Amino acid sequence: MSQALDELKIGGLGASRKRVEDNRFIRGKGNYTDDITLPGMLHMEILRSPMAHARIKSIDASKAWDIPGVHLVLTGEMMATRNLAWMPTLSYDTQAVLATDKVRFQGQEVACVIADDPYIAKDACEAIEVDYEPLPVIVNPEQAVAEGAPVIRDDKENQANNVIFDWEVGDAAGTDRAFEQADVISKLKLHYPRSHPSPIECCGSIADFNRATSKLTVYMTTQAPHIIRAAVALVAELPEHMIRIVSPDIGGGFGNKVPVYPGYVCSILASILLERPVKWIEDKTGNLISTGFARDIYLSGEMALRRDGKILAVRMNCDSDHGAFFSDAQPSKFKIGLLHSAFAAYDIPVAHLTDRGTYTNKAPGGVAYRCSFRVTEAMFFQERMMQAAADDLGMDQAAFRRMNFVRDDDFPHRTPLGFLTDSGQYAKCLDVGLKAIGYEDFRREQAEARKHGRLLGLGISTMTEPLGAGNSREYDILGIKMFDSAELKIHMTGKAIVRTGAKTQGQGHETTWAQIVSHELGIPAEDIVVEEGDTDTAPFGMGTYASRSTPVAGAAVAMVSRKIRAKARKLAAHLLEVSEEDIEWELGRFYIRSAPDRGVTIQECAMAAYSNMPDGMEPGLENTAFYDPPNLTWPFAVYIATVEVDPETGVWDVLKVVAVDDCGVRINPMIVEGQIMGGLTEAYAMASMQFITFDADGNCVGANYMDYMLPSAWETPGFELHSEVVTPCPHHPIGAKGIGECAAVGGPAAFVNAVMDALSDTGVRNIDMPLLPDRVWEAITYQHDVSGAPPVRSDD
Amino acid sequence: MTIVYEDEETQGDVPVRRIKFTINGKKMIAEVETRLLLAHLIRRGIGLTGTHTGCDTTNCGACTVLVDGRAVKSCTMLAVQVDGHEISTVEGLATASELHPLQEGFKEEHGLQCGFCTPGMMMAAKALLDANPDPTEEDVRWALSGNLCRCTGYQNIVKSVLWAAAKLRSESAG
Repeated sequence: MSQALDELKIGGLGASRKRVEDNRFIRGKGNYTDDITLPGMLHMEILRSPMAHARIKSIDASKAWDIPGVHLVLTGEMMATRNLAWMPTLSYDTQAVLATDKVRFQGQEVACVIADDPYIAKDACEAIEVDYEPLPVIVNPEQAVAEGAPVIRDDKENQANNVIFDWEVGDAAGTDRAFEQADVISKLKLHYPRSHPSPIECCGSIADFNRATSKLTVYMTTQAPHIIRAAVALVAELPEHMIRIVSPDIGGGFGNKVPVYPGYVCSILASILLERPVKWIEDKTGNLISTGFARDIYLSGEMALRRDGKILAVRMNCDSDHGAFFSDAQPSKFKIGLLHSAFAAYDIPVAHLTDRGTYTNKAPGGVAYRCSFRVTEAMFFQERMMQAAADDLGMDQAAFRRMNFVRDDDFPHRTPLGFLTDSGQYAKCLDVGLKAIGYEDFRREQAEARKHGRLLGLGISTMTEPLGAGNSREYDILGIKMFDSAELKIHMTGKAIVRTGAKTQGQGHETTWAQIVSHELGIPAEDIVVEEGDTDTAPFGMGTYASRSTPVAGAAVAMVSRKIRAKARKLAAHLLEVSEEDIEWELGRFYIRSAPDRGVTIQECAMAAYSNMPDGMEPGLENTAFYDPPNLTWPFAVYIATVEVDPETGVWDVLKVVAVDDCGVRINPMIVEGQIMGGLTEAYAMASMQFITFDADGNCVGANYMDYMLPSAWETPGFELHSEVVTPCPHHPIGAKGIGECAAVGGPAAFVNAVMDALSDTGVRNIDMPLLPDRVWEAITYQHDVSGAPPVRSDD
Repeated sequence: MTIVYEDEETQGDVPVRRIKFTINGKKMIAEVETRLLLAHLIRRGIGLTGTHTGCDTTNCGACTVLVDGRAVKSCTMLAVQVDGHEISTVEGLATASELHPLQEGFKEEHGLQCGFCTPGMMMAAKALLDANPDPTEEDVRWALSGNLCRCTGYQNIVKSVLWAAAKLRSESAG
């Protein structure tokens, strides 16, 4: 009998296979949007508004037109003649492409110049004269709903104020009744600051309209090329088969590259008008002040508790700041995304949540920044609330969580706000985390240190979150249901190509999709090439964000492999001259049950599909699978951080970080760990330094990397990762769950809880993120809560 | 950098200078606008697109190259400043047959994800290893503190550089 294949050796499931895509990146041979040059290509730059809210009295572009090398100046007025001054958003609102009536946030797109060279285009932008009449500015929801507040969206009929929506979910009356029964009611109020995903590569596009063929090709930084194709077809009314969207290598996305931005639209129109390729590459300031932000939500809530620590009910009342246009890039049917996934890890009988969305004079486009649509805010509030409640009860942080966890045998579990969680071993993960951090020892050390005036703290964050939109019942984008597909072609020599509608941006799909095929078919991973990102060749898919690639597209890859295996089985029966029922499968090979030595490899089946198929069988070995997941996937994680706070300066140092992630079956453990470390770093960034705020005039503070602080290798702590708890997803074909965002979602609360734990003697209940030294110092010195909500204080 | 005008009247008054420099061992001559940034000379003029521009403010380091062996952020250096100097970019790291140990190290230790910061990281690391063949983890973290990465969390980048340092040392010992 032949030697069975060793799955790890052929790069199958569970192999920490080195990444295929690295071969080009380490040589500087990646192909990012800005690396592409087309013959006759022109360059576009955008003129942005310096004002946050102002009426446009006039735009004089005559001096720009006079500059040699300028081919076109686009203004809102010109866009309006083509019905393109406004575009629909992914949240069923409208957004200005180029401003016509007024500007509504600092950095809004006012005009575009297309020139021979980007330097000339920038010169010409500066030569455009815009006369603005300033209007009162709104930078937070409180100002937005104040009496007499100016109406930001006066372009919309029936919009008499700045409220976008009032949304609620849960059982209000039942929650009220539960609160009446409470022994203790714990309360918390905080602001999750505005942040920006800020991939190092900014957004950009090269539109290439070919008059001769009527075909529009757009190379662009998009995480979801098929969605863009649909949007261009529907908005610009171009025929869908004449639109080709190519997403080349992407220099990080994190949600920033999901929406449709005015720059893309303008470059497309310019290419159609000029019949030449037009390249637009955003600068960093443009990226930070105008493209999809994240968070910016005011969360307040209360928890009804029994004296022994049992949670009886939770109430949350939130205010979300959406900026000037409601263009949240989220596909759920819920107005504020999956905010109501809060407290899903805990067994709570009843809950109620409200959110009011408001317009402000800030950049639009709340995106899911390494997050499934407001899950980050939900889990942050949850874990800050858990800490506050445990403190109010005088209970141990770990014991309080453990007591309220959904138990391993309680699945499937319906949360009080409507989700169905399906699997997990929460207490076991917590045990692993506590042991790794040395919980009991640290508590002793902490008590001892405090006697000497040293402030040590430990923060715990435990959470499960919903990853992998769809299902198609509750998730769609502009009516297009959330599913994915994969196409697999086995060539006659047994080599293969797999394509999906997802789009890798660092997640390593070119490596991991091959591993799934390898697991299902026994073809060595190195014999399988992966392609994504070109709508002319990739099968339809909803793109990569919200940790959905493995749950949805990855599942489609497994399913199409199984279709191929089913046909290969018929070919094997034909080759072995037995009936299909007499055949067994082992990795890479079919054999006769009664004579295991007689078998054929998957490669031999592939050759037979082209050279020796049975009579009546359709030749070839190719297929496509569409996958609509039955539920979201629910990974669970425990993040624990310890810190030391310097009471003299408010500076805090991270002592140790432990992460226990149960994301089900890991396709490539090396890549999973890379994702977790990246997420933890963004969590640390949000907790410690990274935020965007605004002054009272609506000026963006955080408009470049000198103000928008990102941690470097010097500031970033080390991480200790644990993978020993594995609860396979019950409905995913290979048992995998999403993972890309978990640490960014659950991590921030671990750091903040640690600092707050160090400050527990001060009576301070909350310091808003980021925990800048001056905020921590202020809390210690004046023993009061510190708010970080805009407008910015003069000393921030 | 090369602009073809439709006729003489549309030609602007653009000051141009002729510069000579060496890039990855090749001698070159260019006529450049005096305001042209080095990053743009490398990317658009010479066509070496491995040097990336990320932030325009000397913070992210994606555009890091070596000028006379020193790590320099090419987005904030003028092209005319390299007149008479030597530039090395990521494309010059590998030989035709062999990767540089830094390149191997980044692949071995999963030191990259989206790959956008990687060329700048490797060039900053090369400047470190040329000066200090046996750095500590702290040395590496400090040397790379001018380069930002949003994907990896740096831990594996640090490991990659230490991997390369060990390999370079064993090569020079052997």
